[in-house]
Amino acid sequence: MAERPRVRLPKDARKGEVIVIKTLIQHDMETGLRKDPAGNTIPRRIINKFTCDFNGKPVFSADLEPAVAANPYLQFNARVDESGTFRFSWFDDDGSVITADEKIVVT
Amino acid sequence: MRKRSRREMLALGGAALAVAGGPWRAAATPAEAAAEIAKFTGGKTAERGKISIDLPEIAENGNTVPLSIVVESPMSADDHVSDIMVVAEANPRPGLAVFHLTPQSGRAEVATRIRMAATQNIVVVAKTSKGQFFTEQKQVKVTIGGCGG
Repeated sequence: MAERPRVRLPKDARKGEVIVIKTLIQHDMETGLRKDPAGNTIPRRIINKFTCDFNGKPVFSADLEPAVAANPYLQFNARVDESGTFRFSWFDDDGSVITADEKIVVT
Repeated sequence: MRKRSRREMLALGGAALAVAGGPWRAAATPAEAAAEIAKFTGGKTAERGKISIDLPEIAENGNTVPLSIVVESPMSADDHVSDIMVVAEANPRPGLAVFHLTPQSGRAEVATRIRMAATQNIVVVAKTSKGQFFTEQKQVKVTIGGCGG
């Protein structure tokens, strides 16, 4: 259900610069409040958590509720002091985790 | 009948509400949003200020409403925003999201898209590493509600 995360951030930056990171993942974010045509409740299934680490250290994370819109978009900032890799992770209610890595060169 | 303590009465009342409430009620109330906030602040008062909320005055589609938050903060090791909570006063449930920041975030700015069931206030509360709380809120008029109903 959750597919293809997209991440946008600069490929390089200067030491100490604060960059903007934009993330998007396809996911219905089923609230658990809807009913199907037969009248049965469609069970909740959302991305409930997002994390962003840089070189293994936490930068930003979010605990999400069903009130976050489908195809959750998250934009936030990170100060980069060295080159390395950002790891982004999206945690689904069903226990699955989707990750994406992006490198950045910092001079 | 033995006298019940005030605490017990409140707990009984709360339990009754929980059973009666269920997932089918239309909307939470500002009081429930305030209760969520009180859990976040540990009962401490949040000062108005330091937060700018960018939300449309009128949301054409309650299924996806862009929200952007900026909190003034040096974001240094000993003075930074550590958490930002967002609640809605009249969605089926008040909680929207809690964002966790670190000094490595660089700036206390977050943007996302939210669902809004009806015209209501969106309330933001920011917690700093010094244990201070700031709050701001904004009303959004919703023409077509969206919470999956």
